[in-house]
Amino acid sequence: MEDYILLAVGAILVNNILLIQYLGNCPFLGTSKSMDNATGMAMAVVFVLALAGIVTWIFEAVFLKPLGLEYIRTIVFIVVIAALVQFVEIFMKKSMPALYAGLGIFLPLITTNCAVMGVCLINIKEEYNFLEMLVSSLAYPAGFGLALILFAGLRERIIIGRVPGPLQDVAIALVTAGFMSLSFLGFKGMI
Amino acid sequence: MIEALLLMMGLGAVAGILLGIASKVFYVWEDPRIALVANCLAGANCGGCGYTGCGACAAAIVEGRADVGACLVAGAAGAAKVAAVLGLEAGAAEPLTSQNTCTGGFRASEKFSYMGVNDCRAAYLLYAGAKDCDVGCLGFGSCVKACLFDALEIGPDGYPVVDAEKCVGCGACEKACPKGIMQVRKPSDRILHMNLVTDRLAPCRQTCPAEINIPRYINHIKRGEYDKAWLTVMERNPMPLSTGRVCPHPCEDACRRALADDPVSINQLKRFCSDWVMNQGTSLKIPVAPDTGYKVAIVGGGPSGLSAAFYLRRLGHKVKIFEWLPKLGGMIYYGIPEYRLPKEILYTDINRILGLGGIEVKTGVKFGVDFDLESLVGGGFDAVLMTIGAMNHASARIPDEDKVKGVIPATVFLRKQGLGDPYPVGKKVGVIGGGNVAMDCLRSSVRLGAEKVYCLYRREVKDMPANKVEIEACHHEGIEFVTLCTPTRFITDDEGNLTGIEYLKNELGEPDASGRQKPVAIEGSETVIPIDNFILAIGQTTNSAFADEEGTAVSRLETSRGAIVNDTDTHQTAIPYVFTSGDCAGPPGLLVAAVGAGRRAARGIHKYLMGEDMAFPPDRLRVDSRRMKGHIPGTIFDSIEGIKRKGRIEQPELEAGSYERQHTYAEVDLTVTEEDALKEANRCMRCCLTCYNQDA
Repeated sequence: MEDYILLAVGAILVNNILLIQYLGNCPFLGTSKSMDNATGMAMAVVFVLALAGIVTWIFEAVFLKPLGLEYIRTIVFIVVIAALVQFVEIFMKKSMPALYAGLGIFLPLITTNCAVMGVCLINIKEEYNFLEMLVSSLAYPAGFGLALILFAGLRERIIIGRVPGPLQDVAIALVTAGFMSLSFLGFKGMI
Repeated sequence: MIEALLLMMGLGAVAGILLGIASKVFYVWEDPRIALVANCLAGANCGGCGYTGCGACAAAIVEGRADVGACLVAGAAGAAKVAAVLGLEAGAAEPLTSQNTCTGGFRASEKFSYMGVNDCRAAYLLYAGAKDCDVGCLGFGSCVKACLFDALEIGPDGYPVVDAEKCVGCGACEKACPKGIMQVRKPSDRILHMNLVTDRLAPCRQTCPAEINIPRYINHIKRGEYDKAWLTVMERNPMPLSTGRVCPHPCEDACRRALADDPVSINQLKRFCSDWVMNQGTSLKIPVAPDTGYKVAIVGGGPSGLSAAFYLRRLGHKVKIFEWLPKLGGMIYYGIPEYRLPKEILYTDINRILGLGGIEVKTGVKFGVDFDLESLVGGGFDAVLMTIGAMNHASARIPDEDKVKGVIPATVFLRKQGLGDPYPVGKKVGVIGGGNVAMDCLRSSVRLGAEKVYCLYRREVKDMPANKVEIEACHHEGIEFVTLCTPTRFITDDEGNLTGIEYLKNELGEPDASGRQKPVAIEGSETVIPIDNFILAIGQTTNSAFADEEGTAVSRLETSRGAIVNDTDTHQTAIPYVFTSGDCAGPPGLLVAAVGAGRRAARGIHKYLMGEDMAFPPDRLRVDSRRMKGHIPGTIFDSIEGIKRKGRIEQPELEAGSYERQHTYAEVDLTVTEEDALKEANRCMRCCLTCYNQDA
C-alpha cells in the first residue's frame, strides 16, 4: 500500500509531468488562459489517460512482448491512442452530448499529446504491474491538472496586470512556467 | 520483421474500419463549412489559438467568434484559404464590426477617485468601477490592449474609438470589456436588436418610434461624414428622405437641449444627410445576410410593408410585395400631397429598398379578391405580413354624408389626387378634422383652386393633433379655422348638390380620458357657412371585411374595430404564420411609427421562421412617444446647466403668398444648407444616458 502512495505522490509532485518532465506543453500554454478551459482540459486528460494507460498496457502484454516487437512500441502506441481518442470523441458527441460539451471538446487536443504518450511509455519502462499502472495513469494526469489549474489561476491574474509590451501573453506565460517549474524542483528528495 | 509489418497493417485496418463505422453510426450534423475551414488550418491540434483543437477553432471561425487568421501555425496563407472558403458563402457580405456604445468618457461623473491598476477589469472589481453611470465606460482601455489589429484607441473624449478600416470583428475587445460596452455585431444582429432599459440611450433615441441612433448620426454630420450619418439612419429607417420631410419628430420633444434652449432640429439634419446622399448619386453598399431560403409575402406596399421588406431582405429572406394600387408607397404616396413629399423623392427611397435585390413587387392585385392566404401558402410563402393600412374613412355622423353630392372622404380625395385625377373642388371648401390628413386636404384644396377654405374642428387649434408646422403653413396659405364647432346638417339645392353646412357652436366641458376637455354643443347656436365641397378627415379605419367570410383561412384572424389584432411585440396574429404591422394593426399613426413597426414585424417573422424565441427580452424599453412616458429612469432631466442659448435654425420654405406656394405643387419646405446643417449639428450636446456636453 505504501508503495502505491509513494508512486502517486511521486507522479503528482516530484515527477510532475508538466513542470519536471516538460511533457504536454502545448495544452499547458493553450488552455491555461481561463480557469474553465483549464479544469475541462485537466478532467479530459485524466479520463483519456486512464483509458489509454489500460489499453496500451494490455497491448504491450498481449502483442508486443510475446511477439518480441518492443522496437515498434512508439508507433503502435501512437496509432492506438489516436484511434482510441477519436473513437471516444465520436461516441461521446452522439451519445453523451452533455459530457461532450464539458470534456469532449478537449479530446482532439489530447489525440497526439506527448503527456499521454509519455505516461504510457513510462508505465512500460518502469515495468509496472496492472495496479501500479492504474495508479500511475491516474496520478500523472492529476499532477498535470494540478499544474495546469495553478498556472491558469496565475495567468488570469497576469492578464489584468501591467505587463511590459514585449513580454505580454505567451512570453510572460513561459517565464511564469519557468518559475513554477523551479518551485516544483523543491519536491526533489521528498521520496 | 514480417510480424511487425503485419501487426501495423492489422492495427491500421482495425482502427480505420472502427472509426469509419463509428463516424457513420454516431453521425452528428454540423455546418459543412466547418469541415472545409478545418482543412485550411494547421491540423496540429496544438491549442495555440486558444480553442480546444482545430475543429473547435474552425467552428468558431464559421460562427464568426474567431477571426479568419485565428490559426497562428497556418499563418497568412491559411487565413487567405479560410477567407476563400467563407467567401464562397454570401455570409462574408455581412461584416462583423465593433462598436463602442458609451459616449460618456471624461464627461461622466465619478463616485470616488480610483488610484489602482490602470485596467478596466481591475477597476471593475472595486464597486464596478468609479463612474456614476452603471453602464458607462471606465476608460482604461482594456479593449485597446486586447485588440491585436491596432483598430482601437482611447479617443480624445476618454472613450474608445474604433477604426472601422482595421477592425476585423474578432471580438477580443468585447471579451475584454467588463461592462459590455464594446459590442461586435453583424448588421443583422443590430437589425434584430430592440432598445433595452440597459442600453446607453439618449432621450431622443429612446423616444424615436423607429429607435434611430440620433446622437450618432448627428455626430457624423458634425464631422462632415454625411454618408456614414445616412448609413446610421438606414440601420433603423429605410425611408429617410420621406421621414426627413414629413416626420413630426417626437424625438425633438425629448431633446435635452430644450431645457435651456430650443431643441436640436433633428429631423432637418436627417433630411440634410439623406438629401446629400441622394444628390451625390453614389450607391452606398448595404450588407445583406446570406439567403435563408424562406419566402415572405407582404400584402400592402405602404411604409410599414416596405420597411419590413427592407429588413427581411437584409436578414436573408426573399420577399414579394403585393399592392392593389398602381404605385408603391401606400398612404404616403396617395395620402401625402406632392408639395410636402414629392413623388420623385419618395420613389428614390422606395427604389433604394427595392435595389437590395431579392424583393419582388406585384401591383394591381387586391387581397381577398385576386388572392388570399390559401393561395399565398400554396405559392410557397412561409410567412405573410399584412400591412394593408387604414384606407376606409370614419364617419362624421352627419346625416346623408354618403349621399350628398360634393361630400367626399379625405382618403378618396387624396388618393384621386395621388392617381393624377384630382377631385374637382368648388370655390369654397370645408374640411372637418384637425389631424395631418385634414391639413393635407386643406392645403391641397388651396392648390386645386378653392378661394375660401375652412377648417372645422370641435376643439381649439391648440388641441389639434396635426404638426404645428402644418397648422402654421395653413395660416400662411390663408386658411380659416372654425374651431369649437359640431357640424349637424348639410344644406343642399334642389338637385342634391351641397351648398352649405350648418353647425352648432361648442363649449369645453369636463376633461375626458385623453386629458383634453370634452367639447359640448350649445343648443340653439346654429350657424351656416356656404360651401361647395366638404371633406371628411376625422380618422381612418382598416377594411378588414375579408376576415368576416366564413370558411376561409383568413377568417381565423381576429379584428377589433377593423384593425387586425396582433401581439404588439412580435406582431404575430392569431394565425401563427400571419403577421401585421402599421396602420392596420392599431390606431393609424405616424410614418416613423409604421417604419419602426415594420422592423419589429421583420424581427418577429425572422424569429418565427428560424424557430427562435420570439418574445422580447424582459428589459425591453417601452416609451410612449405621444405622452412622453416610459423613459429610462434618471435620463429625463428637469434642468441643465451651462448651455448657452443659440436658437435653432429656421425651416427654409417657399415664400408665403408666392405663386408657387399658392398655385403649384412645388415642395414648400426646403432642405437646409450645409452651413446651417453643420451649425445645427454642433448644437447637439451628444447626450448619452446622463452625460451631455455642457459646453455645446
